[in-house]
Amino acid sequence: MGFLSRLFDGMLNTKKSFSEQLKYAFTGNELDQDFYDELEYVLLSSDIGAKATNEILETLKEEVKKNKIKTTDQCKNALKNVMTNILNNVEPQKLVFPCVIMVVGVNGVGKTTTIGKLAQKYDKMGKKVVVVAADTFRAAAADQLEVWAKRAKVKIVSSTEGADPASVVFDGISSGKSRNADVIIIDTAGRLHNKVNLMEELKKINRVVEREFPEADYHKMIVIDGTTGQNATSQVNLFNEAIDLTDITVTKLDGTSKGGFVISLAEEFEIPIRYIGVGESADDLLDFKAKDFVDSIFE
Amino acid sequence: MALFGSLGERLNHIFSKLTKRGKLTELEIKEAMREIRVALLEADVNFLVAKDFIKNVSEKAVGERVLESLTPGQQVIKIVNEELISLMGSENAKLEVAPNPPTIILMCGLQGAGKTTMCSKLGFMLKKQGKKPLLVACDIYRPAAIEQLKIGAKNAGVDFFEKGTINPVKIATEAVSYAKKMGNDTVIIDTAGRLQISQELMDELVKIKEAVKPTEILLTVDSMTGQESVNVATEFNNKLDITGVVLTKLDGDTRGGAALSIKAVTGKPIKFCGIGEKIGDIEPFYPDRMASRILGMGDVLTLIEKAQEAVDQKEMQKLEERLKKNQFTFDDFLLQFEQISKMGNIADLLAMVPGMAGKFNPKDVDESKIKVFKSIIYSMTKKERANPEIINGSRRKRIAAGSGRTIQEVNSLIKQFEQTKQLMKNANNGKLAKMFGRKF
Repeated sequence: MGFLSRLFDGMLNTKKSFSEQLKYAFTGNELDQDFYDELEYVLLSSDIGAKATNEILETLKEEVKKNKIKTTDQCKNALKNVMTNILNNVEPQKLVFPCVIMVVGVNGVGKTTTIGKLAQKYDKMGKKVVVVAADTFRAAAADQLEVWAKRAKVKIVSSTEGADPASVVFDGISSGKSRNADVIIIDTAGRLHNKVNLMEELKKINRVVEREFPEADYHKMIVIDGTTGQNATSQVNLFNEAIDLTDITVTKLDGTSKGGFVISLAEEFEIPIRYIGVGESADDLLDFKAKDFVDSIFE
Repeated sequence: MALFGSLGERLNHIFSKLTKRGKLTELEIKEAMREIRVALLEADVNFLVAKDFIKNVSEKAVGERVLESLTPGQQVIKIVNEELISLMGSENAKLEVAPNPPTIILMCGLQGAGKTTMCSKLGFMLKKQGKKPLLVACDIYRPAAIEQLKIGAKNAGVDFFEKGTINPVKIATEAVSYAKKMGNDTVIIDTAGRLQISQELMDELVKIKEAVKPTEILLTVDSMTGQESVNVATEFNNKLDITGVVLTKLDGDTRGGAALSIKAVTGKPIKFCGIGEKIGDIEPFYPDRMASRILGMGDVLTLIEKAQEAVDQKEMQKLEERLKKNQFTFDDFLLQFEQISKMGNIADLLAMVPGMAGKFNPKDVDESKIKVFKSIIYSMTKKERANPEIINGSRRKRIAAGSGRTIQEVNSLIKQFEQTKQLMKNANNGKLAKMFGRKF
């Protein structure tokens, strides 16, 4: 079983409704206004957003004209290409070790769970992992990460609730360096991107990492809930403004949500999409691949 | 609260065009509706709900009444507003109370929607209302979920019940007997987050429902949810026949179209909103107010209600008297700061003032500055606070040293104080007085 089959399995639900709608859109043979209207609704209902949907359709229409496309079948392939081209820009580079991955995002997107899976993933690859519980705000957040760290059998650095997260990160980096860790993963408290004070706190944490471990391959990864709508853009925008994001991970794509906002994010920010979460186990955190992502939507 | 801010701005923009043009043609209404549709979609209103909405509003707007009216823009706003209200339900729905206690509230929803946090907030709110709630930990799957609820219960000052990670149906049943024995009149059951398509986990919820027969089954929904909100709400409602919805994370900048969609597809009322990280950050959902927020009219009613809760009326009367006599002092200034902090986030409050939405950047409102200001005022003598004009250079130096701040910060405070004094003086004669002077 390869990457694709797992992606398809996990995204079966996402895929089903999306491709069912697409099939409906593609059953006619005429490339008329009705066809494009139908297509527009399909794209909109997948959270691609009004702006990106419009752009995709404009590009598609140009392609259709340029290549003298006549049938809905050819048009489907052209649409696939348009979407893949947008996402090709955001395929990530490989990580370089040692690396630090700081995980940020709004509340409840699955940061801690993602870190648990990452720890297992890199541990399995034979890398030495240290996780840092810098969410000192939410009740029992450190306990939750502790359970994951135990499962993955990796070292965890934590402090008490209410402690200064920047100082926990400082300890975490020192501990990671002294153990020659390959991967240091930092869990931060969920914060709404429009809260000025909390974003300032994040900047402070960021400065500590930059100062204490400048030689590491430093990734600032935002985790976005796959059921999010157009607010994803605002989240990326404001987190990016605060700490210059380097990676995006999208979770919870094993439901029926389509995660279409990924396309508008790719167009607007060109920040690489590192992983997509399609299930409960560590194996369900997949490397993002543009073609596979689009294929899994259409197959 | 930046709630629906951008949608409101967008509609405002559309309608300012309408208002300027005087009488409308059908074509122009069609144009406006196209923009409303885009605005609704960008606000994450489900596309079918948006389609319906546009159809209804167009039918009403393209009538003679609008075309012949003198201020067509106002009429369209009125129609859109009415449609939004009717879409979200026309009044605020309260929590049901069981005829024979305990009242049982079952919380359910997707992972990360904010159920556990909302349980503590509900517990805190009910306790304030004189109830004796029991929080029950039935999330046996997520690591440390039980611990999180336990801490939440402690923060809320309410009772807590857990049985480790045994079958949640059993935990819920035992919790209800325990509540009866201990005299808890309300039981709030926290359950694990689950996908609406997970057969096994949805069945578990159905079993809990059958076992304890909840008075309320509240679906917790993240207000940032996109088109998916409709699928989630429909499926939970089909399986559990939910009694209401709780919207969380409304203190973000989401346009919150989910609120519009969920009510439309389930017919179930939205009962509460989570509006911050503090345990008291919960408020009832008012569809009419939400609609006026959508239209960028601000949420005057919520603002006034909040202000009335936090402000001591007698103190305010005294302040008004002194303002009239131009005797505004640092003690008054301090009092203002304290009342503002009691009301919550300043940026949230400003966003609720009509005309303010979109006119200021929430980032400009720096709350940490208030802390600095307070510490400086605390370092002043009583005499200095009452007679600000005596604060000369050497006094400034002493105040700076006493509060551990720089002289620049002290100067900046004094400047702000003078500006506020001037503002309050002007406001007392003008429009703001109606909003702030009297109500606050």
